Amino acid sequence: MSETSPPPAASPADSEVERPLRRLARMYAESRVALFGLALLLVIVLAALLAPWLAPQNPYDLMQLDMLDGRLPPGSASGDGRLTYLLGTDEQGRDMLSAILYGLRISVGVGVVATLMALAIGMALGLAAGYFGGRFDAVLMRIADIQLSFPSILVAMILLALFGQGIDKIVIALVAAQWAYYARTTRSAALVEGRKEYIEAARLLGLSTPRILFRHLLPNCLPPLIVVAALQVAAAIALEATLSFLGLGLPVTEPSLGLLIANGFQYLYSGRYWISVFPGVALLLLILAINLVADQLRDVLNPRLQSQ
Amino acid sequence: MNAQREPTLVVGRLTTRFAGLGGAVTAVDEVSFNVAPGEVLGLVGESGSGKSMTGFSILGLVDPPGEITGGSIRLKGRELRGLPAREWRALRGDRIAMIFQDPMMTLNPVLRIDTQMIETVRAHRRVSRDAAREMARDALARVGIPSPDERLRAYPHQLSGGMRQRVAIAIALLNAPDLIIADEPTTALDVTIQAQILFEMQTLCRESGTALIWITHDLAVVAGLADRVCVMYAGRIVEQGSTAQVLETPAHPYTRGLLDSTPAANVQPDKAGRPQPLRQIPGMAPSLKELPAGCAFRPRCTRASTLCEQTPPEVELARGHVARCFHPLSAAEGLKS
Amino acid sequence: MSAPQPARTAALQEAPAQAPANGSTIAPLLELKAIRKTFGAQPDWVERLGQRLGWLQPAAMVQALDGVDLSIARGEVVGLVGESGCGKSTLGRIAVGLHAPSSGRRLWRGTDLDALPEAERRRAGLGIQMIFQDPYASLNPRLRVRDLLAEAPRVHGLIDRTQQAEFVAALLRQVGLDPAVADRFPHQFSGGQRARIGIARALAVKPEFLVCDEAVAALDVSIQAQVLNLFMRLREELGLTYLFISHDLGVVRHLSDRVAIMYLGRIVESAPSAEIFSRPAHPYTQGLLAEAPTLKVEKKRFLAIQGELPSPLAPPRGCHFHPRCPHAFERCRLEAPYLQEIAPGHVSACHLNGA
Ligand SMILES: Nc1ncnc2c1ncn2[C@@H]1O[C@H](COP(=O)(O)OP(=O)(O)OP(=O)(O)O)[C@@H](O)[C@H]1O
Ligand SMILES: Nc1ncnc2c1ncn2[C@@H]1O[C@H](COP(=O)(O)OP(=O)(O)OP(=O)(O)O)[C@@H](O)[C@H]1O
Ligand code: SF4
Ligand code: SF4
Ligand SMILES: [Mg+2]
Ligand SMILES: [Mg+2]
Repeated sequence: MSETSPPPAASPADSEVERPLRRLARMYAESRVALFGLALLLVIVLAALLAPWLAPQNPYDLMQLDMLDGRLPPGSASGDGRLTYLLGTDEQGRDMLSAILYGLRISVGVGVVATLMALAIGMALGLAAGYFGGRFDAVLMRIADIQLSFPSILVAMILLALFGQGIDKIVIALVAAQWAYYARTTRSAALVEGRKEYIEAARLLGLSTPRILFRHLLPNCLPPLIVVAALQVAAAIALEATLSFLGLGLPVTEPSLGLLIANGFQYLYSGRYWISVFPGVALLLLILAINLVADQLRDVLNPRLQSQ
Repeated sequence: MNAQREPTLVVGRLTTRFAGLGGAVTAVDEVSFNVAPGEVLGLVGESGSGKSMTGFSILGLVDPPGEITGGSIRLKGRELRGLPAREWRALRGDRIAMIFQDPMMTLNPVLRIDTQMIETVRAHRRVSRDAAREMARDALARVGIPSPDERLRAYPHQLSGGMRQRVAIAIALLNAPDLIIADEPTTALDVTIQAQILFEMQTLCRESGTALIWITHDLAVVAGLADRVCVMYAGRIVEQGSTAQVLETPAHPYTRGLLDSTPAANVQPDKAGRPQPLRQIPGMAPSLKELPAGCAFRPRCTRASTLCEQTPPEVELARGHVARCFHPLSAAEGLKS
Repeated sequence: MSAPQPARTAALQEAPAQAPANGSTIAPLLELKAIRKTFGAQPDWVERLGQRLGWLQPAAMVQALDGVDLSIARGEVVGLVGESGCGKSTLGRIAVGLHAPSSGRRLWRGTDLDALPEAERRRAGLGIQMIFQDPYASLNPRLRVRDLLAEAPRVHGLIDRTQQAEFVAALLRQVGLDPAVADRFPHQFSGGQRARIGIARALAVKPEFLVCDEAVAALDVSIQAQVLNLFMRLREELGLTYLFISHDLGVVRHLSDRVAIMYLGRIVESAPSAEIFSRPAHPYTQGLLAEAPTLKVEKKRFLAIQGELPSPLAPPRGCHFHPRCPHAFERCRLEAPYLQEIAPGHVSACHLNGA
């Protein structure tokens, strides 16, 4: 008898050679709430990216502002009648809708850039710590422990107090406050995956260490990282908003959502809610959308659910 | 062995199905067998053939989406199928006990051995703690645990794997059940430890008249232990008979194939010193989701004919020796070449 | 913890390379000499100080291998048998170079691999590959079969891009798979098919020596037979040498030319396969053979070896087997027996030898 197993090509299970990514997409789409979250997120991000084209006015261009239009309630027409302030104006006569769109742009940009940088740094350190272990691992994890035992807002505030304001400074502060989450997550994933036999097989096949780390180990550590990153983007955005609200974050010339909320805060009691509430709602929706997406990603990437 | 022979357990056309996304799956398909008091029944088959599900069905432990959809399970004449959950629970650990591959399925890691054993006794009968402890001590001694008094005070993690499995067996024995179902309890253990446990189980059943169903994928374990053997394939029992009948004159082509593919320690390699290739069953076990019509073994069977596209009948080849096959091997063909 | 150890291995080490312990006259392909391996954290200076002052217990050290010699000739299939935890996998991992021994040397065709510079060792190391036990964990789930098989040969320049498809197809055919599966991911295969892919991956770098660590243990009997037959066919076709680690005596007997029996970190007996199964000399081997389940239908009294495997954290002094040995006597408790040749190619470590 030939030992060749019969060519398995014809069985029905094979006809759908489903790529892992497509399978994930299908599983993601099983939840309506998650699809809604994803749609909302896409709308918000698109609006933020396209702010210069979507916004009725450029809120930073002082020439376009009219002090006489200050503090108009939502739906008012501008003094010169050329546009309607759908969400009202602030005390400088700035269109809130435009300010929010531009503010979103900054918030999302800062959040994403900070997350990507923190991810890259934390991932590289965590991967090395998990794979090589030893003293490097011990030292790195002690540092991460210490840092994680302080609230991230405190870490960021101290750094900003040292550096001063500026969009680059706040990105650095956010990265410093968050890299440890990624380092921890990557390390624990790398510890688990690194013990698996396919890594040993790669070593025996004489593959170089960077190749093993980045082509074999890293892709298999990604699922938990993606979830953490998704949640941390929301955290980064919220942190930036908080810092800006406290006046520690971005300068007034680059008003992010947090600063907008802070600016309008003083008018809340005088009934001019829109200056503060609308940026707040925008921030809330953004964070909600990210969390919905992150939750579903966590379920989809959960290996126990995945194997069925 | 003993002639009284009112079977402890009678399973008739037991069927267990799982409703699933891709259609229902029949994990246990019209399975019938009896076990007499003191008898050891070996239930063998490859991974996924439904051995464990058969055991779980008898214990009433099939969780949704699984469901027993047909047949009967009679323990000492009492029908168990359709019993309310509360009565099942009262039976388990008392009249029927189960031993799992992983003893930690039975043992609670944070409780001392004595606490667990005393609770097991007192859950089913009204005895004093001291009497229960005495019974626990006896049970440990019976499974060959040295210095049982000390072991009673240990926590599970303080014991070796073989010792833990023996404690799990002792717990199963506590209430002198009528039936024990052992699901691959020695698969994770060493040959030397496995041998000790097999020996102990054998004596215990013979002495106490407990019926034992021993689930395993290892024909060699069954050869030394069981009185009767059932061979399962894709949810069905394809052959059953006394151990000698099934292992020495197998009638079903699948059983023959299994025996041939076992590199048995008692078979000499050929004269040239080079081992002969094992005779192997081509192909692989089918997924229950896409079983071929008729005999499930058909795609891998060398004797298959067009007849085999029908469901094969049970053929009695000798007293108590039954195979589900259109073209069973004759006793002469079944003999080892 | 070290028992008095006379030159246990002297008999083996003094023998010239042409006449290794297995009695064959072919130069060994791989030679392991006096391999020891202990696991356990090395104490740092605080702990060392604490221990010196008697405040801290020394950390528990697992003595996984305790002076193992093994030499394997080209074309030979050596089976390695023993109870769980006796150090089989550790020895296999040292043989392929996944673990570094705590002491002892590993000679590949007479040269000490671990003394070579990194790049050379990596290249020479390709000749020794391992087949793993777990058909699931041993394949990178994110790579297609094509990449699993072709990556290493591409990196090492054994093939170039244009040859890749042909190369992968040939490998798949060699292990009995349809070349059309090259585009699939590991999760789309059954256990037996994955085992074949793992074998193909090892074969891709043209190894001469395969260490198979329980390579068929996770497979069903009918699939096991297919894979064992594949191993034997590859041996014929490619002239491969194997170290075949298994706790299944049937499997080992079926494949091996020579069998080495391990007990608690030491090789206690080694002999040609037929010899060890017909005339086991060491009491442990005798017990093991008596207790291995066979297909013979007979009610057995399984009783030959009593007691449980002692912990490698605190191996017994003297002969490691003495607490369970039916023949143990005073000397066994004090002095470790060393391997002695008791018949051509048959060595055993027991004080009863020659007595
Ligand atoms: N919860 C479930 N949902 C759907 N199918 C199930 C479920 N549990 C078990 N099955 C199916 O029932 C069949 C029998 O499983 P079972 O566990 O009885 O096999 P087994 O013979 O014990 O195998 P093994 O030797 O691997 O333990 C399997 O094919 C499995 O796919
Ligand atoms: N990385 C490690 N760290 C600490 N101890 C280890 C490590 N690897 C193995 N050991 C110990 O070394 C001893 C030998 O282990 P090894 O895995 O070689 O046994 P084995 O003979 O292969 O057993 P099995 O049959 O269970 O696979 C065991 O006691 C084990 O606990
Ligand atoms: S019924 Fe037919 S296909 Fe099935 S085992 Fe018998 S001969 Fe083979
Ligand atoms: S040396 Fe002594 S204890 Fe060890 S195997 Fe021989 S007789 Fe037994
Ligand atoms: Mg099972
Ligand atoms: Mg091992």
